[in-house]
Amino acid sequence: MSEQTASPPSGITGTGSGITGTGSGITGTGSGITGTGSGITGTGDRGASAAEVPAKSDAAVVRDALGVGVAVGLSGFAFGVTSAGSGLSVLQTCALSLLVFTGASQFALVGALAAGGNPLTAAAGAFFLGVRNAFYGLRLSQLLALPRAVRPFAAQWVIDETTAVSLAQPTRRAARVGFAVTGLSLYVLWNLTTLLGALGAEAIGDTDAWGLDAAGPAVFLALLAPMLRTTTERAVAGIAVVLGLGLLPVLPAGVPVLVAALAAPAVLWLQGYRSGRTRDGAGRNGQRSNAEAGKEDR
Amino acid sequence: MNIWIAIGVTAVGCYAVKLIGLLVPAGALERPGVKRLAALLPVALLAALTAQQTFADGQALVLDAKAAGLAAAAVALLLRAPFLLVVGVAVVVTAAVRAMTG
Repeated sequence: MSEQTASPPSGITGTGSGITGTGSGITGTGSGITGTGSGITGTGDRGASAAEVPAKSDAAVVRDALGVGVAVGLSGFAFGVTSAGSGLSVLQTCALSLLVFTGASQFALVGALAAGGNPLTAAAGAFFLGVRNAFYGLRLSQLLALPRAVRPFAAQWVIDETTAVSLAQPTRRAARVGFAVTGLSLYVLWNLTTLLGALGAEAIGDTDAWGLDAAGPAVFLALLAPMLRTTTERAVAGIAVVLGLGLLPVLPAGVPVLVAALAAPAVLWLQGYRSGRTRDGAGRNGQRSNAEAGKEDR
Repeated sequence: MNIWIAIGVTAVGCYAVKLIGLLVPAGALERPGVKRLAALLPVALLAALTAQQTFADGQALVLDAKAAGLAAAAVALLLRAPFLLVVGVAVVVTAAVRAMTG
């Protein structure tokens, strides 16, 4: 029990990627959730059986959810500034936050457009970053058991943070409250701060002089860092960097990132090839990577 | 117009993958290989994007103030600084280096 309840916080750290993927989900907010987890663990130590899951008060769930929603929602400011600084209008910037609402994809798109990429190539990079949300949806659909009619509306909030908060809750009711409160607070704040950031950037004028062009890559780095836990992730990242930079001068803008994404299947294939050759270790390797994959797609 | 096309395609695509996760039966995407790839794709994309946005100016590779800002952000990450602080450090250091080097 205590091990189970300890896992949601680590899942959150693992996901890391917030709507801005946000690392603040990792640190400030993560601590709130960790607190919750340890509270549950405490009950488990007193010998509560799995059946009598401790009833977590709605207020406690709301508090956790707001912690995540507010901390991450504020980082929409960085997106607004970056987007406007990349040459998008305030309206276009706000449309992205309202309609796309998954931070890493938004940052990737404006970066690619600023670099002069073809719109479809730019969209492809942003899309591939958003694919992970499908796997969050799989988890959430079992956990929240939403009526089919509600799902199209809930879908827009299926992102890193709402998944992390929902998975950390002990009951379905708490998970539903956590999902709704995190989703709502994050959506409202993210869009408000996006607007403020975009207006601020327009007022400032030359955002580069203020170093604001470093915000985008810093966001990516903060999202990436907690993912680099094993050699596999580091190898993928290393190869992707080499491909992304090496191909930049020779391929059209936006394309090198898509080619760099091939580092992921390439490393997986190499691993499969190697474990296939060492027949003995193959089963164990397979099992381990399954467990890791399960942990990661939180 | 191009920007609106990119926004529209991204919005539709990103919403579609979110909805697919909620709608498909659990078994369909739960294969280990698929999950593993889905976990690794963001790693590759984020690494390439970080490198490009730090070291690229158009199609040329450059080493400018942003590299210093990102190095500072990396240090902040190693010190487990919160997300907003990491981004703030990158911005401030980049601006400072740029101001000093003119």
